[in-house]
Amino acid sequence: MSSNTLASGGPVPSVGRDRRPGRKLPAKQLLGLAGIVGFLATWELIPRLGLIDERFLPPASEVILALGRDFGLTAFWLSVGETMVAWFLGLIIAVALAVLLGFIIGSSDFLRRATNSTVEFLRPIPSVALIPLAVLLFGVKIESSLMLITYAAFWQVLIQVLYGVADVDMVANNTAKTYGLGRMARIRYVVFPTALPYLMTGVRLAATVALVLAITAELVIGSPGLGREIALAQSGGAISGMYALVLATGLIGVLINALMRLIEKKTLSWHSSVRSEVIV
Amino acid sequence: MKALKTLGYVLALPVLLILLWWVSTLGAVNFFVPTPASLVGKFGQVWFGPRFLSDVLPSVGRLLVGVVAAIVIGVVGGVLIGSVRWLRALLEPVLEFFRAIPPPVLVPVLILLMGITDTMKIAVIISGCVWPVLLNTIEGVRAVDGVLSDSAHTYGIDGWARVRYLVLPSASPQILAGVRQSLSLGLILMVISEMFASSSGLGFTIVQFQRSFAIPEMWSGIVVLGLLGVSMSFIFQWAERNILRWYNGQKEVENAA
Amino acid sequence: MQPDPTPEAMLSVRGLKKVYQTDGGDIEAVRNLTFDLRAGELVCLVGPSGSGKTTLLKCISGLMAPTEGEVLLDGKRVSGPPKKMAVVFQEYGRSLFPWMRVRDNVELPLKNQGVPKAERDKLVDEALEAVGLAHVPRSYPWQLSGGMQQRVAIARAIAYQPEVLLMDEPFAAVDAQTRADLEDLIRTIWKKFGVTVLFVTHDIDESVYLGERVIILSSSPTVVQEDIVIDLPVDRDQLETRSLPRFTELRHHVYEQIQLAKKGHRPAAAGSPADSTAGSAAG
Repeated sequence: MSSNTLASGGPVPSVGRDRRPGRKLPAKQLLGLAGIVGFLATWELIPRLGLIDERFLPPASEVILALGRDFGLTAFWLSVGETMVAWFLGLIIAVALAVLLGFIIGSSDFLRRATNSTVEFLRPIPSVALIPLAVLLFGVKIESSLMLITYAAFWQVLIQVLYGVADVDMVANNTAKTYGLGRMARIRYVVFPTALPYLMTGVRLAATVALVLAITAELVIGSPGLGREIALAQSGGAISGMYALVLATGLIGVLINALMRLIEKKTLSWHSSVRSEVIV
Repeated sequence: MKALKTLGYVLALPVLLILLWWVSTLGAVNFFVPTPASLVGKFGQVWFGPRFLSDVLPSVGRLLVGVVAAIVIGVVGGVLIGSVRWLRALLEPVLEFFRAIPPPVLVPVLILLMGITDTMKIAVIISGCVWPVLLNTIEGVRAVDGVLSDSAHTYGIDGWARVRYLVLPSASPQILAGVRQSLSLGLILMVISEMFASSSGLGFTIVQFQRSFAIPEMWSGIVVLGLLGVSMSFIFQWAERNILRWYNGQKEVENAA
Repeated sequence: MQPDPTPEAMLSVRGLKKVYQTDGGDIEAVRNLTFDLRAGELVCLVGPSGSGKTTLLKCISGLMAPTEGEVLLDGKRVSGPPKKMAVVFQEYGRSLFPWMRVRDNVELPLKNQGVPKAERDKLVDEALEAVGLAHVPRSYPWQLSGGMQQRVAIARAIAYQPEVLLMDEPFAAVDAQTRADLEDLIRTIWKKFGVTVLFVTHDIDESVYLGERVIILSSSPTVVQEDIVIDLPVDRDQLETRSLPRFTELRHHVYEQIQLAKKGHRPAAAGSPADSTAGSAAG
């Protein structure tokens, strides 16, 4: 009579905190939709009832109409393109630098210890502190944006890569050594797969930060892009237009989040399946 | 001997970098890069004077008020939304959208709504910093362990006691992860709100130096911002280590097993 | 109609039924359960895997409302977690607050009840002493072994001074040696504090060794398969008691009943005392 045969709970579906995904999901999505509708309705009513002057906060319908008009304008898409190009280039440069340095520093105990204090000191420096320098060096060109974006995104990725490389299983690494895998082969087959999920987390965080800095550079320095258009709309009194552009940046943010989660999920699922094959 | 070695590891690279900087500014005069000596000189001269009271303190004060308010709002709202299932489902998409808006775009919006005032600058910091704390708190509250929750329930730990002894401690790792994001965001927003439209504050002063080509002064301002960021990060890390001692210890035990 | 509870019943389960509504249709976890625990009794509840033991326990402890029937504690209907009841869960690692030290964990329910500090200290000391953990009050639960963590959970339960102690397979996740120690600990505590204990387990040996009575559950949808009195000496010993011929007989009997239950055999009249060889049942 082994106790294990009777150990498990039985057919009762996870008692107490009942989760019924099949039926819950549509209800949840409906509620979420209701939330969005409710938010838009509140926004519509606040200026309509005069709680806030319509000149400062136009009703939701007007802003959505303005956004719809923007979608038909080439100028709008050019601005979006400029923002996205700066975002993408800055992110790529940051990731490339961080991966390179991260793997070099991370795989040597000496380098890791020697750079620790410098990294911990440079990392919290807000990248906006570099704005005046960027203006002096590059003016309102895209390089200004790139400098800020790269600096901010770089640390997010570097820290994660360092964590990831440190997480490498010593047993796995030593096993690889005994089978005669060289340094590069170990990085390729042992270190890289271990660090990959960390790297993806870093890239996801960096993507968000990069967007924030891209918009900031455009807003404050005046490099071309959505941020500059927002500042121009505000100073030009095109208030609905300004709110429409704010909505647009939010939509871009949502899209970037969704994209990054998707990429991360794909990479991670691949990773964990490989892991479980190796271990079990 | 061991302490000496550790000290060596901590100081070697920074000293090396400063030396490199000193040597490279020895010969030719670079317009953009001041010598270490002139930077240090300007630093004391610029920031340890009336400017400390008129620009540094108000900026830091606004930052603190904004970040603390954002944390309070985020935690209280997060506990509320996280504990009520339908409320969470109702609000989550809207909140996710607000989180996705890059916070700096709120600067022109809030200037429009509130004018160029201290309240506006604090509002900018709050409206940017609240989302990471809020959404992380919701996530942490949602993830309270079922067995732990049942245990508390059977011992009559309900209502406020449940929040105090179960929900908040259990969600604290996620909450602090949110606070960490909020702190760096808050510093960015403090600077931007002052650069965009202001007549005082750290951000404003640094931009003024840049516009008047006072390069060593500008660099000294960058250093001030850097020091601010670094000290906030150190204070946070210290607080986190103390608050999450149980969490780190538990994880260590789990990983060792 | 259900039979009336025996007058001296401390815990009384009357016609309990629990149906879960799921997408794949309703699942009847518990069909009809009726049994009583007299004050100061130590009763083990044993049943095949998936016999709704956990469901039953959640209903008794007031964490879940039954679909039909009721649970009476000292004559009063249970509608939420009652003050006079304490529960020890199987998952010791998840039932203690990891951010509190051992002593604070034991003290928290009392503090929450507004028990004065002096009395609280006395109760906590007594409870920690009783489970043999007086030496680790400053440790965190996760610094202790599994068996010690479960001792903390037991100390928390007895410091709460419950009249009924519910235990949901509390030793299923600890190793065999620790388990024997903890079984003896439960007997000791039961005698010392005079508390009514309902001990749910899937382990037949454990149920016979621990209980004054064993209630055998059928497979799901659950009814009482059999309710037998364990007529072993009150003082039990891991070696001596387990080698008594009577222990072996009872163990065999319970084992057979569980095997029958697993094959889908159900008692003729649900809830009625069935067996004659092993002694008659209460109710």
